[in-house]
Amino acid sequence: MSKSERPNQLFRNLNAKVASIPMVLTALVIFVGGSAWTVLYSFTNSKLLPRLNFVGLDQYYRLWSTPRWLVSIENLLVYGVLSLVFSLVIGFILAALLDQKIRFEDTFRTIFLYPFALSFIVTGLVWQWLLNPEFGIQGVVRGLGWESFSFDPLYNSDIVIYGILIAALWQGTGLIMCLMLAGLRGIDEDIWKAARVDGIPTLKTYLFIIIPMMRPVFITALVIIAAGIVKVYDLVVAQTSGGPGIASEVPAKYVYDYMFFAQNLGQGFAASTMMLLSVVVVIVPWAYLEFGGKKRG
Amino acid sequence: MADLAVPLPAGTGSLGLEASGPRGPKPRHVFSRRNIFLYGTLIVVALYYLLPLYVMVVTSLKGMPEIRLGNIFSPPLEITFEPWVKAWSSACTGLNCDGLSRGFWNSVRITVPSVVLSIAIASVNGYALANWRFKGADTFFVILIVGAFIPYQVMIYPIVIILREIGLYGSLSGLVIVHSIFGMPILTLLFRNYFTSMPEELFRAARVDGAGFWGIYFRIMLPMSLPIFVVAIILQVTGIWNDFLFGVVYTRPDTYPMTVQLNNIVNSVQGVKEYNVNMAATILTGLVPLVVYFVSGKLFVRGIAAGAVKG
Repeated sequence: MSKSERPNQLFRNLNAKVASIPMVLTALVIFVGGSAWTVLYSFTNSKLLPRLNFVGLDQYYRLWSTPRWLVSIENLLVYGVLSLVFSLVIGFILAALLDQKIRFEDTFRTIFLYPFALSFIVTGLVWQWLLNPEFGIQGVVRGLGWESFSFDPLYNSDIVIYGILIAALWQGTGLIMCLMLAGLRGIDEDIWKAARVDGIPTLKTYLFIIIPMMRPVFITALVIIAAGIVKVYDLVVAQTSGGPGIASEVPAKYVYDYMFFAQNLGQGFAASTMMLLSVVVVIVPWAYLEFGGKKRG
Repeated sequence: MADLAVPLPAGTGSLGLEASGPRGPKPRHVFSRRNIFLYGTLIVVALYYLLPLYVMVVTSLKGMPEIRLGNIFSPPLEITFEPWVKAWSSACTGLNCDGLSRGFWNSVRITVPSVVLSIAIASVNGYALANWRFKGADTFFVILIVGAFIPYQVMIYPIVIILREIGLYGSLSGLVIVHSIFGMPILTLLFRNYFTSMPEELFRAARVDGAGFWGIYFRIMLPMSLPIFVVAIILQVTGIWNDFLFGVVYTRPDTYPMTVQLNNIVNSVQGVKEYNVNMAATILTGLVPLVVYFVSGKLFVRGIAAGAVKG
């Protein structure tokens, strides 16, 4: 194995190279090659089969003039902003509450986190049932005597995206809470003592001392939530199938439907390229902030 | 800490905080306003989180007439397991009426090899990256990690073409390969970081003793890294079991995984909606990850933390 006389460069460390073949293939063929392929074919008019018949930006013009795509983007923005804000706020508050040296901490944490183990399909179907206007929450409240009570997000195209948001928050806030809790535990006990000695109220300590100190945790949480938002697909499929009408469509579903049902591959490729672009817009500044100055450890 | 301080008997003022008078934080009683607020909030939130699970279970145990009459929160008057039986063995998706059991076994046949293959690849890979660096290895690793953020939709179709070319499109093995590919970034990161944190001397000593690449991996690294393997297994079992997108793209109706089949059963437009059967089916599908979650406890948290936080 380790001969001391100058071995051939290519065969040095051969086993490690062989072991890395799957990684190299995945990185080059799937991640780089696949993405490049999709971007390239998004400039073609491929229909049922991918064909290299370039039509410039036609697919993109058509994409941005399709109402369904515009609704998808609008939904994604509303859903994205709200789920970012609520996930971070709820996650942090829950973590702060659990950090008060309470009893049964493990029990509470287990309860807050268990939805995260469930798939989006299961989540979507449960909340579809809970939000069923006839038998679900609305029906129960009406049954209690409040006849005019109305809460049927899944059947009202104006608010359907909030129905999905509720389910998404139920499923995902536990994870953010766990991250935040780890962050809070990482803060030196002396900081708290110093703040207490100085007579700073707890709320102010959190807002002006602890949260700024937890910046890395918040950024990590932000990236995780953002990456999840762009990918949101199964939840919508299970909960509303994009309905009522097209009111709860999302980009990921647009891509899938155009690729595998509408047999309009070019549109699917253009839409997925837009998704890629949106991720790049989120990830690049983050990577710059995170790894720009210092070397990665 | 003085958090659970009980009122001190006279003469035992050994806390050494204040010398004169009853200063310092008030001794906290069980029913202090703070505690009532704290536990009150937590219990209300916990109930909110538990509610869907409760409703699922309750609904699945009722008969349809009871569901139509009563409200979804009331416990079943007459417990029936018929919905469970039906969901498992005779619920219909399209023309097939053999229930979720088919999807369950498909999911098992997908999950087990995917977990084994993805972890085998990623652990060896992480080991190579940690201990046997070669020129260019880090470049590929960075591409791999960055690639984890690319939306799957971008890569779906090229993979369809590749699988079709090698004749695996629509088969379970094709899906296993896809899961292994997309599990690679996070698992490789996990194993690389773990192996990097192991003492370097260990590796050196083994080298001096003449052990090679595979020798060190199987005799030293593998036995010493069982915890991280458990974490990886938890991560992969829940992740792959819960997958929907890859299942729906890369399999055919008779090889659909459980999540896809569940969605087809519940969201099928034909026939009368049987909410109790739907909920029983939903619980059945969620059962495997839930069991993994409750059995693994803290390790699950470690797994997702490892999956979430970069090393």
